[in-house]
Amino acid sequence: MTGFAWIDDPLLRVDRVTMRFGGLTAVNDVSFSVGRGDITALIGPNGAGKTTLFNCLTGFYKPTVGRIAFSPKGGLDDDRIDELTATARRNSNDGGEDLYLLERMADFEIAKKARIARTFQNIRLFSGMSALENLIVAQHIALTPASGYGVFGLIGLPSYRRAESEAVERAKKWLERIGLRRRADDPAGALPYGDQRRLEIARAMCANPALLCLDEPAAGLNANESHGLATLLREIRGESGVSILLIEHDMAVVMAISDHVVVLDYGQKIADGSPLEVRENPAVIAAYLGVEDEELGPAEAELTAETKP
Amino acid sequence: MLSAAASPFSRALKESALATLIVAGLAFPIIAFRADPDFNNLLELSARWPLFLAFCALGFGLRFLLSLWESRPKAALALAQATTGKQRKWLAPAALAALVAYPLLILALLGPQAALKWVDTFGVQILLYVLLGWGLNITVGLAGLLDLGYVAFYAVGAYGYALLAPLTGLSFWALLPVCGLLAAFWGFCIGFPVLRLRGDYLAIVTLAFGEMLRIVAVNWDAVTKGEAGLYGFPGLTFFGLPFIPGPRGFAAHFGVAFAGVHKLIFLYYLVLAIALLANFVSIRLRRLPLGRAWEALREDEIACRALGLDTAKIKLTAFALGAFFAGVAGCLFALRQGFVSPSSFTFTESATILAIVVLGGGGSQFGVAMAAALIVGSSELLRELTFLKAIFGENFDPTQYRMLLVGIAMVAMMNFRPRGLVSMRQPTITLGPEPEARS
Repeated sequence: MTGFAWIDDPLLRVDRVTMRFGGLTAVNDVSFSVGRGDITALIGPNGAGKTTLFNCLTGFYKPTVGRIAFSPKGGLDDDRIDELTATARRNSNDGGEDLYLLERMADFEIAKKARIARTFQNIRLFSGMSALENLIVAQHIALTPASGYGVFGLIGLPSYRRAESEAVERAKKWLERIGLRRRADDPAGALPYGDQRRLEIARAMCANPALLCLDEPAAGLNANESHGLATLLREIRGESGVSILLIEHDMAVVMAISDHVVVLDYGQKIADGSPLEVRENPAVIAAYLGVEDEELGPAEAELTAETKP
Repeated sequence: MLSAAASPFSRALKESALATLIVAGLAFPIIAFRADPDFNNLLELSARWPLFLAFCALGFGLRFLLSLWESRPKAALALAQATTGKQRKWLAPAALAALVAYPLLILALLGPQAALKWVDTFGVQILLYVLLGWGLNITVGLAGLLDLGYVAFYAVGAYGYALLAPLTGLSFWALLPVCGLLAAFWGFCIGFPVLRLRGDYLAIVTLAFGEMLRIVAVNWDAVTKGEAGLYGFPGLTFFGLPFIPGPRGFAAHFGVAFAGVHKLIFLYYLVLAIALLANFVSIRLRRLPLGRAWEALREDEIACRALGLDTAKIKLTAFALGAFFAGVAGCLFALRQGFVSPSSFTFTESATILAIVVLGGGGSQFGVAMAAALIVGSSELLRELTFLKAIFGENFDPTQYRMLLVGIAMVAMMNFRPRGLVSMRQPTITLGPEPEARS
């Protein structure tokens, strides 16, 4: 027992993943684990390959090389992963817990079966639909069987109406949570930017994920909103026990909420550890501030001061 | 206050004077003179000043109204919005009552002979386009998949009935869903190769598919009889009673004088019932996970996939269900026409149906129905405007200006209602105001 969930109880293991686009290597031989119940931050300068790695995890890209194992309940076991890798299958549940090899799955299957939900750097809400509808579409997977694949719903069976009102309740709970209850029936595209960011997170949470992947959730938010976002994320993790993986540039947010920080630079992992360890890592400071070694001292002090709560 | 009232008026006058000048400049070389070859094949120039002046006056009038409309007070605008909200409640029942009463009213007013045309072209035909519009609305309006070959599914339905009815001896009640399923099957087939395509590329492939099916119908003589088309297949019956003169027909059975319009009135109600059923299905589906998934797909495909929605299946159902409606409409078309040939399924038909959906405001059932009535009805109505001959002379043929008027209507639409006649999207589910406000 190390006391670090990403070592003791990982639910996601990224194993030597490389992603090449033609001659460009966006992600180069990156390995790390995400602990169950942790808030893990993936940081790095612009163009470090963070979003590419995210897209590999969520199936929007197929990694050129590498393996990504995921178990919603945590407790990844190397032997079982190797066993599954040897077969042609994408998932197994013979050892009790579900185990998925994400690099073999399509994007929507990862969301549907492995229950990994994500948000996007450039917000992707269904902007013409109301905020409430956005949250209900997110529950499509649960609602479709209840609607009898359309048939029961078409004739208006009570079982479907019950399922739908449950979905509405859940959506309402989230709308209240992010302070958008009043604007539930407004088109999502008409909401202020910060509200759209939070609505996208609520939408991802309505899909009932085991792992929530957030691509720069604090981008474009002011200091006050960022602070509110950090609180929201910590609360979400505390209540639902969902594991969170986020890409973030706002160091105040990262240092305040994360349990585990992975740093990428030029597609390679340069640091991996607790926020404290990472903050003091000279390679990280150099990558971030792009300074010569002799200037490291003041820069480090500045970074530390900036991220103090 | 007088000056405030006068200023928009005088501004409108000034603007319309300018517009008239432009119209006059444009119309002078094009409209004011006409050159016709005489018997010696020499060009003879004739002046058409009344027509020229009519165009100038039209330009002046329209621009004047437009200017006044643009400067209308805000209060009037708010009032207009308030009344439309109030009207919406009784609009649907009133429209339905009017639709049900329409053929009987026409029959009572005009008699069985004159009613034929009105029930057929202004009743059945428009309803068929409404049905087609609602079908395409699923694919284009809800799911956002631009389908330019929709007429192909219409053709599948029509040919399906024309070929299967004599072959199987089944009644149209049995063949109606069969035709729909056949078309849905083709919708499924076309859906597969285009799953990865969006926007322009999808439009091109579906356009090609529509033409392919028509060309097959033209060339496959052995089955489709080519351009000559299929006819002589069993027609519409009233639950087994054929619409024929004589002792075994519908008229004799009910003890009324035989009239051709009976069949059309029955067809009218049949199409109306099916269109209403289609409407019911569309409205219900919009509130189900599938319908919401269609709209989500239109809004953002990538976000759909990130939420675990299988976009391939969702697209295929949108294609198949849209095609199903077209197949049913095709079957009804074959019943109405009694004759099926490839010339009924040209690209122009697809374009007309698409225009109906776009004009109606993608995603709105009522808007689509209104647009169908407007586009199909107005172009048919032009044939009736014989009084215009009194103004423009005996040689004036209003039908020649059909396309011009459709074009003007389109331009006007794009100017005033760029998102369609009914552009306000109603959410499929609402929470309403917060509970504190309700109690």
